[in-house]
Amino acid sequence: MTSPGEVLVVGASAAGLATAEALRRKGYTGGLTLLGDEPHPPYDRPPLSKQVLAGAWGPERARLRGDEVLEALGARFVLGDRAVALDLGDRAVTTASGLTLRADAVVLATGVRPRTLPDQHGLAGVHVLRTLDDALALRADLLRPRPAGGTRFVVVGDGVLGAEVAATARTLGLDVTLAGPQAAPLAAQLGPLVAGLLADLHAERGVRLRLGAAVLGLTSAAGRVTGVRLEGGEELPADVVLVALGATPNTEWLEGSGLTLDNGVVCDARCRAADGVYAAGDVARWRHEPLGASVRLENRTNATEQAAAVADNVLGANRAYAPVPYFWTDQFDARLQVHGTPTDEADVVAGEPAARRFVVTHRRAGETVGVLGWNMPKQARQHRQELLGPRLLMGGAR
Amino acid sequence: MMKVFVDEDKCCGAGSCVLAAPDVFDQRDEDGVVVLLDPEPAEHLRAAVREAADVCPAAAITLGERA
Repeated sequence: MTSPGEVLVVGASAAGLATAEALRRKGYTGGLTLLGDEPHPPYDRPPLSKQVLAGAWGPERARLRGDEVLEALGARFVLGDRAVALDLGDRAVTTASGLTLRADAVVLATGVRPRTLPDQHGLAGVHVLRTLDDALALRADLLRPRPAGGTRFVVVGDGVLGAEVAATARTLGLDVTLAGPQAAPLAAQLGPLVAGLLADLHAERGVRLRLGAAVLGLTSAAGRVTGVRLEGGEELPADVVLVALGATPNTEWLEGSGLTLDNGVVCDARCRAADGVYAAGDVARWRHEPLGASVRLENRTNATEQAAAVADNVLGANRAYAPVPYFWTDQFDARLQVHGTPTDEADVVAGEPAARRFVVTHRRAGETVGVLGWNMPKQARQHRQELLGPRLLMGGAR
Repeated sequence: MMKVFVDEDKCCGAGSCVLAAPDVFDQRDEDGVVVLLDPEPAEHLRAAVREAADVCPAAAITLGERA
């Protein structure tokens, strides 16, 4: 296929919108439909745990594009309706409201949803954070006046989302405890040196860290959460709890479609799941050739970069997708930029960790595989050229 | 003529714009926030600048036209 007449993008968030934009940018003039389960026009998720939760931005400011830009895209947006089935032979998607949308190429960008604890459902005061509505509900609950003292907030999960929310809530003046199984927040994503510095930062700013213990479940009274139970018997009292234990790809609707599903929609190196069917963003698992691994990346830049590769391939380019993984996180006054994959071996190559402004490079078997900047975004980006040599960069310099 | 606007408050310092259009965008040394080198880039840079706006992970770049 070199020039489809109709493209359907299932998912209207960062990856879905970026696919549509990349198709137009590359000259595609055919029909274009975006199907999204949320009622909102496309908005950005990284600000939800920071500016939106803090109240610094209203929901409008988190929108990815204004009305004029969306209109100029020349796409049909079907919002507030969910895909429930894909007919692979016909490339037809059925929606919850009963629509059938057919296309020459279908791009799957249905994202992920938060994992939950088994006993949290129906319990007041327990939150997850994935959508704009989630962020507004969490904010309202955190700021609700409570008779006895302030709000005791426990964040369950020591990854990026949990640590960001803990920092934001602490900045709002709340009593915050961060609980998780790792030795330090983001230890798996940052390596021990930087994760240790991040733990120091949280502790200094008054976040109570209860790390190194698995969370077993919740306690409740009269339908409202009262605490978090840790391995070893300790209970952390809580008025509000955020469960931030990672996410599950939204692929249930594709079961029985004939696509291979395995912790995501399984694709080849060109992000193709089947003839004329592609996947992009958090939901896509694809063969990253230079890394020699099947990967699924839940980060913001991957949504956009993978969408661009998918758009190329929808238009017949046959392009393998091989990006340098990248994410950033902002917590208190620390802005961390992570290129590639940090390891236990870290060398400071710019600045000073003690000054909380530095770049480290990470090695594995003698090769540089990660670059991490703490309040040095530009310098970290400049070092990313050292990652894995030219072979990887040629495939995915952006 | 194309006109470029950047929102420094939204910028997350990823530097995607610099990789897409290095003649038009840079980052501040001190905090990585976007620096607009050329708010009215020449016609031959149009495609690169549009890509920079599309790939910005913080939606911090908007484009307009000037007669």
